[in-house]
Amino acid sequence: MNLVGAPIDRVDGRRKITGTARYAAETPLPGLTYAVMVESTIPAGTIAAVDAAAATRASGVIAVLTYENAPKVEQHKVAGMTDRNLPLLQDRIVRYDRQPVAVVVADTFERATDAASLVRIRYDTSVPALSLAHGSGYHPEHSHGDEPSVYERGNVDAAFAGADVKIDRTYTTPVEHHNPMEPHATVATWDGDVLTVYDATQGVFGTRSRLAVAFGIPPANVRVVCPFVGGGFGSKGSAWAHTVLAAMAARAVKRPVKLVLARPQMFGSVGYRPATIQRVTLGAKRDGTLVSTLHEVRSQTSIFDEFVEPSAELTKMLYAVPNVRTINTVVPLNAATPTFMRAPGESSGSFALESAMDELAYAVGLDPLEVRLRNHADSDPSKQLPFSSKSLRECYSVGAERFGWSRRVPRARSMRDGGLLVGMGVASATYPTNRSAASALVRLSSDGTAHVFAGTQDLGTGAYTVFSQVAAEELGIPVSSVRFELGDTNFPMGPVSGGSQTTASVGNAVSVAARSARDRAIGLALGDPQSSLHGHDADAIDVRDGRIFLRDRPDVGDTYAAILGRHPQGEIEERGDARPGDEKTAFSMHAFGAQFAEVRVDPELGTVRVVKMVGAFASGRILNAKTARSQYLGGMVWGLSMALHEITRTDARSGRIMNANLADYLVPVNKDVPSDFEAYIVPEDDPNVNPLGVKGIGEIGIVGAAAAIANAVYHATGTRVRDLPIQPEKLV
Amino acid sequence: MRPFAYTRTASSSAAVATVTADRDAKFLAGGTNLIDLMKDTVEAPALLVDINALPFGDIVEHRTFVRIGALARMSDTADHPAVVRIAPAVAEALLASASPQLRNAATIGGNLMQRTRCAYFRDVATACNKREPGRGCAAIDGINRQHAVLGGSRDCICVHPSDMAVALLAVDAIVRTRGPRGERSIPIAAFHTLPGDTPQIETVLEHGELIVAVDIPISRLASTSTYVKVRDRASYEFALVSVGAALSVRDGKIADARLGLGGIAPKPWRALASERALIGVAPSAAAFERAAEIAVGGARGYGHNDFKIPLVKRLIVKSLASVAA
Ligand SMILES: Cc1cc2nc3c(=O)[nH]c(=O)nc-3n(C[C@H](O)[C@H](O)[C@H](O)COP(=O)(O)OP(=O)(O)OC[C@H]3O[C@@H](n4cnc5c(N)ncnc54)[C@H](O)[C@@H]3O)c2cc1C
Repeated sequence: MNLVGAPIDRVDGRRKITGTARYAAETPLPGLTYAVMVESTIPAGTIAAVDAAAATRASGVIAVLTYENAPKVEQHKVAGMTDRNLPLLQDRIVRYDRQPVAVVVADTFERATDAASLVRIRYDTSVPALSLAHGSGYHPEHSHGDEPSVYERGNVDAAFAGADVKIDRTYTTPVEHHNPMEPHATVATWDGDVLTVYDATQGVFGTRSRLAVAFGIPPANVRVVCPFVGGGFGSKGSAWAHTVLAAMAARAVKRPVKLVLARPQMFGSVGYRPATIQRVTLGAKRDGTLVSTLHEVRSQTSIFDEFVEPSAELTKMLYAVPNVRTINTVVPLNAATPTFMRAPGESSGSFALESAMDELAYAVGLDPLEVRLRNHADSDPSKQLPFSSKSLRECYSVGAERFGWSRRVPRARSMRDGGLLVGMGVASATYPTNRSAASALVRLSSDGTAHVFAGTQDLGTGAYTVFSQVAAEELGIPVSSVRFELGDTNFPMGPVSGGSQTTASVGNAVSVAARSARDRAIGLALGDPQSSLHGHDADAIDVRDGRIFLRDRPDVGDTYAAILGRHPQGEIEERGDARPGDEKTAFSMHAFGAQFAEVRVDPELGTVRVVKMVGAFASGRILNAKTARSQYLGGMVWGLSMALHEITRTDARSGRIMNANLADYLVPVNKDVPSDFEAYIVPEDDPNVNPLGVKGIGEIGIVGAAAAIANAVYHATGTRVRDLPIQPEKLV
Repeated sequence: MRPFAYTRTASSSAAVATVTADRDAKFLAGGTNLIDLMKDTVEAPALLVDINALPFGDIVEHRTFVRIGALARMSDTADHPAVVRIAPAVAEALLASASPQLRNAATIGGNLMQRTRCAYFRDVATACNKREPGRGCAAIDGINRQHAVLGGSRDCICVHPSDMAVALLAVDAIVRTRGPRGERSIPIAAFHTLPGDTPQIETVLEHGELIVAVDIPISRLASTSTYVKVRDRASYEFALVSVGAALSVRDGKIADARLGLGGIAPKPWRALASERALIGVAPSAAAFERAAEIAVGGARGYGHNDFKIPLVKRLIVKSLASVAA
């Protein structure tokens, strides 16, 4: 098997570029009506009075739903990591600013929007909890999955007390909002007790079960469809209030309803990366080897649900440290519930840990890369398991070489380019390899093509493309003969597209299904007296370009088209199921990488420009070098954004987000991303991780990137910024 | 957005008369600012008078000045050879503004009239005296990183967002208008007003008064002008602070100087006292630092924006040094 797959173009690229790829909000349904949410303008209190008279009278308005007249639905989640408690107009309590408090349905979007601005709500306000730093928190049961929120190995206090060199620092990261290009959108329609929802989601099955719970109907009565997603980054990993409200409105007005969030509403009720306050202490010997690490994470959650930003998970396993303690504290605030955002935990946590490692390097007078090498973990020190594969050393060396790390003069504030300060920084990256059960269906037809179905999603990552490649490879047909369909609960079940697990989960199912279809077709040929392969041994067979032939005598063969042409049904169908095996008990499974950044800083103005960035990543087998590179680069841009730009600004008095638009919430523009910006794929053969040998690639690109930039800024200026984003006022 | 009526006219007198007659009418040019504010229901005009058909789109070089029509687009103005030559600061300021798409739509008249980016002004759920006189100013004790350090009042500490207007200060531009009571020429420095206790009033224009052009006199001073801007990302972002500067040196002494500051005051800020202090002295780092010190005399920060005071001083020194070179 090649470690790096063909860098073919996206199979859905043409449809996207020509505008024929249909996103949820573009679903045309006869009799469609338009819903617009009204959101609260206070963070805590109760609704004292609703005046919907003007809105109800406005032209085109069909219904105004508030807690006074909304149909009863279940607000609480049942279970599941991605399920959330949702504010669904069931009571008069306001738990956060921008909480949905009414839904207006009208015959056009403009009229619904106008009428929504006419709904008057009077509140009795109460004192909100808004401070992460001063609010009272608690240790949740788990930081992530089954991981305990308080973890210790060895004795951190004793080791730190006796350490030669001590680093004890606090790092903070702000609230950040995902802001995919495509806003969340739902089109809902009922046929009796059967609900069909076209939804922008990272998990059609999760959305289905959440809707079934909300309306008290069996999941089989709900169909969720989502052929395309215009970016999700975690924000579409859960079913949020607007999806249920759209279905509720459709039921109330007895017509299909479309509900699309306006950009400011993307800062309302669809999750965000919570702010963190992280204390990291490192105890080390003079030679830079770590004896202890403490990582305390304080992050916010909402007063009505729990989400833990698992920033310290990577600290447990990234370096070979005998004594480690990690602690998660969550502080419930009058804010919306946070959620997974691209590399939840690893991205915020790596900023803290990898900044601290840089501080250690200066404290012991070693090259930051050397400090990392000296603490390299050859096996997973927390699970005490070998890694299924690990190529971090190769990532360091490939990255350093491509970046030109040797140009770096060790001392801070020692390099210049004209009037500008020059700095270079490095950080490690890691991301766990996740995998869930998934299924796929392959239908081989007498025209020689394969139609593949899987209830998964393509967030813009390239899932359509790589799964087509996997199916084509297993079947021995060209990629152009595969038609792949996804994003529908009528298809075999797939997991949420999160945790970088889609390829590892669904890819293996596609591979199993395609292989069974191939084997069945081979079996048909071998058993068919009309086939020239009749009576031959299956072990002697090869398949290429849709033709099944004898390996030793390629002229003797038969084609899928001919075999299935003779088959009574004219087609065969095979289902493939794949689930994690016991690899988790035998191995620790992670992708690794190294991030390098070079900056120029204006010493008088404090402005930072990233002029070069290099990432080197090893994530097992790469199915498509082109889409993989895009994932890595996209992640690195996110890291740059995290380092220099992104911050959601919440008014400390009112709890109101004050930059809920893309003019005031900054992400990098082209000019911020240097042309000298590259991700290198470090080849890695992992026979242990899963049958396809793939690890996740969607999130690791952001991990460590912000730290690498912050470390470069320190190297340039001698000023350590421990509070993201890095802005001019923090440097002058 | 509230429902509104819309009309389009090719006659400036009709446009002026229509808007003058209706308190709730507004001119519509590129719409990049007004339509945004209407979507946020910050503005809710009952009538929009589209002026794009008026004959004010040209940029014409005359013997002593260049005239930029009020409907000239930001992009065309930035690229116009006469503007680039006569008033480089203006071209630079325009290119440092917004995005190419916005500059293709937005006009010079609309740019001068654009309203503040203060987040509280733009969010009807919060208190703002400019939007609703008497309701209070949520910015003074709120998130005020982008706010004014000079020229604010108890009622308002917003900043004026236009880059171009700051550059126009450095080149002595004149705003030509046509209003219900005839035509006027208003020096750019006298065009915008400070909030005081009437923050809802932002310029000296009367309701219904139409900007028809901006004139820039041709001078050696203006041809030396430059515009520099500090912002949170490399492009497509408003100024944290900015400087439009022009300097002419004769016999080793500064003969004349202009210093416009952006991002620090509710109006494009002319640092007149600094200009006076520069005239007659030799260009030097010390002279520029003194001018910078004078410029921020009386400045006060509100917490998040304290950094603007040292930052604008450094930018003044930097830009004066670059025009002197
Ligand atoms: C995302 C974003 C980023 C931006 N970044 C920048 C930036 O970095 N720097 C910067 O300077 N600007 C920036 N802008 C603002 C942009 O420059 C203004 O929106 C634009 O100049 C307004 O011009 P317009 O023709 O579209 O005005 P309109 O929106 O049509 O009108 C604005 C106002 O001016 C009035 N008006 C228009 N023409 C006349 C006239 N001839 N006489 C009298 N009144 C008139 C209108 O009635 C209205 O009140 C940005 C805007 C956006 C949306």
